[in-house]
Amino acid sequence: MVHEVILAGFGGQGILSAGRLLAEAGMLDGNHVSWLPSYGPEMRGGTANCNVVVSKTPVDSPVLNSCNELVIMNKPSLDKFETMVEKGGIVIIDSSIVDRDVKRDDINSFLIPATNIASEMGNMAFANIILLGKLIKERQTVSVENFEKALYAVLSERKHHLIPQEMEALKIGMDYK
Amino acid sequence: MGQKLLMKGNEAIAEAAIRAGCLHYFGYPITPQTEISHYMAKKLPKVGGVFLQAESEVAAINMVYGSGSTGTRVMTSSSSPGISLKQEGLSYIAGSQIPAVVVNIVRSGPGLGGIQPAQSDYFQSCKGGGHGDYRQIVLAPSSVQELYELTVEAFNLADRYRMVAMIMGDGNLGQMMEVVEFRNEEPIEHYDKQWATVGHENSREQNVVTSIHLNPAVLEKMNLDLQEKYRVIKEKECRYEIYNQDADIFIVAYGIVARIAKSVIEMAKDKGINVGLLRPITLWPFPDQAFDQVIDKAKAFLTVEMSSGQMLEDVKLALNGRKPVYFHGRMGGMVPARDDIMKEIRNIYNLHVKND
Amino acid sequence: MAIVFQKPKALKDTPMHYCPGCTHGIAHRLVAEALDELDIEGKTIGIASVGCSYNSYDYFGCDMIQAPHGRAPAVATGVKRSKPDNVVFTYQGDGDLAAIGTAEIVHAAARGEKITVIFINNTIYGMTSGQMAPTTLLNQYSTTTPYGRIADQHGFPINVCEMLATLEGPAYIERVSLHDVKHIKKAKQAVKKAFKVQIANKGFSLVELLSTCPTNWGLSPVESLKRVEDDMIPHYPLGVFKGKDLEV
Repeated sequence: MVHEVILAGFGGQGILSAGRLLAEAGMLDGNHVSWLPSYGPEMRGGTANCNVVVSKTPVDSPVLNSCNELVIMNKPSLDKFETMVEKGGIVIIDSSIVDRDVKRDDINSFLIPATNIASEMGNMAFANIILLGKLIKERQTVSVENFEKALYAVLSERKHHLIPQEMEALKIGMDYK
Repeated sequence: MGQKLLMKGNEAIAEAAIRAGCLHYFGYPITPQTEISHYMAKKLPKVGGVFLQAESEVAAINMVYGSGSTGTRVMTSSSSPGISLKQEGLSYIAGSQIPAVVVNIVRSGPGLGGIQPAQSDYFQSCKGGGHGDYRQIVLAPSSVQELYELTVEAFNLADRYRMVAMIMGDGNLGQMMEVVEFRNEEPIEHYDKQWATVGHENSREQNVVTSIHLNPAVLEKMNLDLQEKYRVIKEKECRYEIYNQDADIFIVAYGIVARIAKSVIEMAKDKGINVGLLRPITLWPFPDQAFDQVIDKAKAFLTVEMSSGQMLEDVKLALNGRKPVYFHGRMGGMVPARDDIMKEIRNIYNLHVKND
Repeated sequence: MAIVFQKPKALKDTPMHYCPGCTHGIAHRLVAEALDELDIEGKTIGIASVGCSYNSYDYFGCDMIQAPHGRAPAVATGVKRSKPDNVVFTYQGDGDLAAIGTAEIVHAAARGEKITVIFINNTIYGMTSGQMAPTTLLNQYSTTTPYGRIADQHGFPINVCEMLATLEGPAYIERVSLHDVKHIKKAKQAVKKAFKVQIANKGFSLVELLSTCPTNWGLSPVESLKRVEDDMIPHYPLGVFKGKDLEV
């Protein structure tokens, strides 16, 4: 299947890097991938989103007007993107920040208080990874093994010491009921 | 093929240029192509090259003119409002027949417009944005891999024909990441640039790089020579892709829009509609002959652009009334949506295919 | 018989098209003599600009590039950065350098580009027929200041040397005049020094040559030379503005 993923939230929540990690891991899995960020003033505090496609066959359009996997880290993004999820698609929501579930009954949603869990772990920046954990568990968008390799490839070396904790965060997301 | 990397389009352009032997880059900051400058600023000094941030777009293109006059492989990059400022230099470079590569990562206009992707510089790029009867080769990649390959190719074309080869992308292509597979060795063509102004060392006649000829007879001759060169290019250098040759309806699109078109083709297939893609890779020269290859079977054409319909005029000229042409365009940084294009396809199908 | 005076080798045989009494010919000669005496013609690339000297490549024998109006310093930058071992000079008038090309000259100077700028100041646009230049003096008549240049309407003349001398980048800036033999001799030394500064890799060098335009001034050649001395030098004082103690 073709994974068409939209990730959206506030600038600074690690939305773009979460997408970047998916693309990198997808590539390491041997799939075709694309990563398309929203760019411009959004980068400096407004809303941020990116489109990621992971596919066995060459990616047709990297620009998504609809998706089957949606990761949401703020309420305006849920309002904006919920209607773009295809029937049977999945939505992962950071419920520490977003105070509602999806309004539709033809898509699956998972509410995880990712930012709160990350705070308890001592680093709010892990929230995006916790949400990705759930996505990977439910949809096998990328493999866990190559996700770890992607962390090493994407993060600058001075952050490599954080990777064991990032993997722990991923596992918390995967196991969250 | 060699190394595979997940790269931003803008970075792929810069890396491709360096691999093609471009060691001189002059530019001025503008969104959404700044990563090209950042990459060049970081990499060029390490390979013995020159990165210079100019005081203006106007100065940058004139630095390119000077550098190119000495026979170097040289590049500048910008986005729409910046490319407008460069038109003076582009015209001089055309008149003086200097090779140079210019990248335009198009954003929406007119005026300061926005920073979101557009294809509204088609007229400016293909029909001559500056003064005088001149052309530039315009290449329109539609993936990060192609940004790499066509940038390398642009340097060969610029040298081969002593003119500007432009890479015309858009904000999305520049910003997005895809996997690039690099060749172990680039197909670099080498030309003996005897015309270059590098100092005659008292061993040959003076070389002069100029575009001024106040004698109209001389200037007409110079123009005729240019036109002859353009005729040869039109004959030899048209590039295009035809996808699903036997289709009933063809979408004509380039760049990122061609990618969206490909997913529409899949959607249409599910609904039993046979749609193909005709993708010009060279916007100038425009690949007229590509239309002849599909015209017998095709019932109609749908041009899709991120503009008000600029390439549309060339599509109509190529078809010359032989088949109906429809248009779907978005402007201002909006990107055509698959569903909207599909709707147009359905209408065209009902009109021209269904009852045939 | 010994030859005591002849055309510099770096000048071609082409007859010049400049008006009677115009000092472009002298300025060309001074540049050519410097190229000869320093034996650098073979590695020199000149940048012609837009104005009466647009075709100076017809007169200079070195390799040359014709630049868009005002952009010669940017073109020279591109050349010099690509061929740092060559000698690069621009030859620009006051309209070209101080109006449409202000950004280019200021930034080439600020960067300390290792180029030599020969700046011809005759306080008027010559080629386009006598319009006001940024260097036009107050009360001077031109085709676009038919009642004289009035500060209130047209602003004030720009003293290029003084302005550029405020920058860190330039190594050598001097203003000289071509109105008599004594000053021409001095001008020759300045032009030569400017090239030597470049060869020694010291940085940006510029020589401003106060020049005439009898045709557009409406004066005879002799009256024109007198005007340089009487009207221009008081406003554009001669001297070294940067690099006084620079030994090359």
